Amino acid sequence: MTAEAHGVSDSGRTPSEALRIEGVHKSFGKLEVLRGIDLTLAEHEVVCLIGASGSGKSTLLRCVNLLEPIAAGRILVDGEEITARGVDVDRVRRGIGIVFQSYNLFPHMTVRENVTLGPRKARGLSRGEADADAGRLLERFGLADKRDEYPDRLSGGQQQRVAIARALAMQPRLLLLDEVTSALDPELVAEVLDVIRELADGGMTMLIATHEMGFARDVAHRVCFLDAGRILEEGRPDQLFGAPREERTRQFLQRIVAAGRL
Amino acid sequence: MFVAVVVVVVASSPGWGAFKAYFLDGTIYRESFPEILDAFWLNVKLFCTAELFILPAALFVAVLRSLPGPVFFPLRALAIVYADLFRGIPTILVISILGFGMPALGLSWVPISQFFWAVVALVLVYTAYVSEVYRSGIESVHPSQAAAARSLGLSHGQALRFVVLPQAVRRVIPPLLNDFIGLQKDTALVGTLGVVEAFKQAQIDQSATFNGTPYLVAATLFVAITIPLARFTDWLVARDRSRQQAGRLA
Repeated sequence: MTAEAHGVSDSGRTPSEALRIEGVHKSFGKLEVLRGIDLTLAEHEVVCLIGASGSGKSTLLRCVNLLEPIAAGRILVDGEEITARGVDVDRVRRGIGIVFQSYNLFPHMTVRENVTLGPRKARGLSRGEADADAGRLLERFGLADKRDEYPDRLSGGQQQRVAIARALAMQPRLLLLDEVTSALDPELVAEVLDVIRELADGGMTMLIATHEMGFARDVAHRVCFLDAGRILEEGRPDQLFGAPREERTRQFLQRIVAAGRL
Repeated sequence: MFVAVVVVVVASSPGWGAFKAYFLDGTIYRESFPEILDAFWLNVKLFCTAELFILPAALFVAVLRSLPGPVFFPLRALAIVYADLFRGIPTILVISILGFGMPALGLSWVPISQFFWAVVALVLVYTAYVSEVYRSGIESVHPSQAAAARSLGLSHGQALRFVVLPQAVRRVIPPLLNDFIGLQKDTALVGTLGVVEAFKQAQIDQSATFNGTPYLVAATLFVAITIPLARFTDWLVARDRSRQQAGRLA
């Protein structure tokens, strides 16, 4: 398969490999959204996916979390093929956190209940243990005083930080962030990016789809430019932003600069 | 204004005198009231017993219909056929068929109580309606909510129970109460079995006095129960709305 094309054999997994995506294809009806994605993340690595809307960034993240079935290829997490038949998807998802663009907090639950639902029901923690964990997370993200509020009482930035805390409460090995600042007012973006930066410094393995180029340049170890369902170019941030090889990457970055986002 | 016009038109109609004598006899009203009130307790028992089974059974049917994948197709199909069938047959036919038919089978293990079969008929019919109410509620919860729950590693059942259903049920409380009011009124149909509930008692009193006022007594009793429930529903809706607005302002 495509693994061979990249000169990597199945047994050649390095011990520190957190995520391997091999030749992943995905279509919605006739529309081919992912057309052969290959990507590997080492443990503690932060990779940013950039690209125009519709280039497949969000779909790729949803495929990694098994929220979307893939048409071809395979995905391995910590060496286990999670896209194989008969894999317990609930167990796989417990180890992979995802944060969505639109937060998707549970509106009928308080902040604390949002953060403790996964640990209590999927990890089997007692209410006391889960509450203690949630308390520490919320404290760390400056949300300790909001723990008994309902989500609709919070600002967008606060809601998104709760969503990140909810994902982290499952103690995932891998965190997927899907344009987590795109729905936020500009003045609220920084508080969310600061939290993500702190996670990166703490060694969290993250795959981040983002439109925040300054942030990507700052926090990513590697940046991938997605175009029409393929990774057209990838490299270190200084290389990709400073001297892009591909014409389409250059065009995309120019449009971003023109829009004042870099 | 409209009421005033109606009152004037009715009161000035040529048959008003006869109408008044037939339906608005104060003495008969007072005399038949205790008997019909007594019989009305049977209606209360009927709709309370039925509702007790309808609420969980309808939720069960709605959940069956929401099960994903081809594996559950037979269960989904069964739920659809059931809902279509019992929403299609007039309630009075279901009550008659079960109430007269089942005891007539003469099987020793089949209950012969008409109260029992009346409750079964009402449960069958209203579970079909109420399952559709629940289903619309389940479908009104955005799929991203279930996705968020599943992404935490919750199973389909857990996502449904802890995330989707609590939001869905909250949203459909007003239409649920609306169907409950419908159920209360439809208990009058059980009178066709010969069970002496409020409407049947009113009929008995009417044929004894050759006066229609007992019907008015029965009507008063039904209204006395449905109006508070309707106001309660309004109050719930208003409370929900003001909560959401408070949330948006904050």
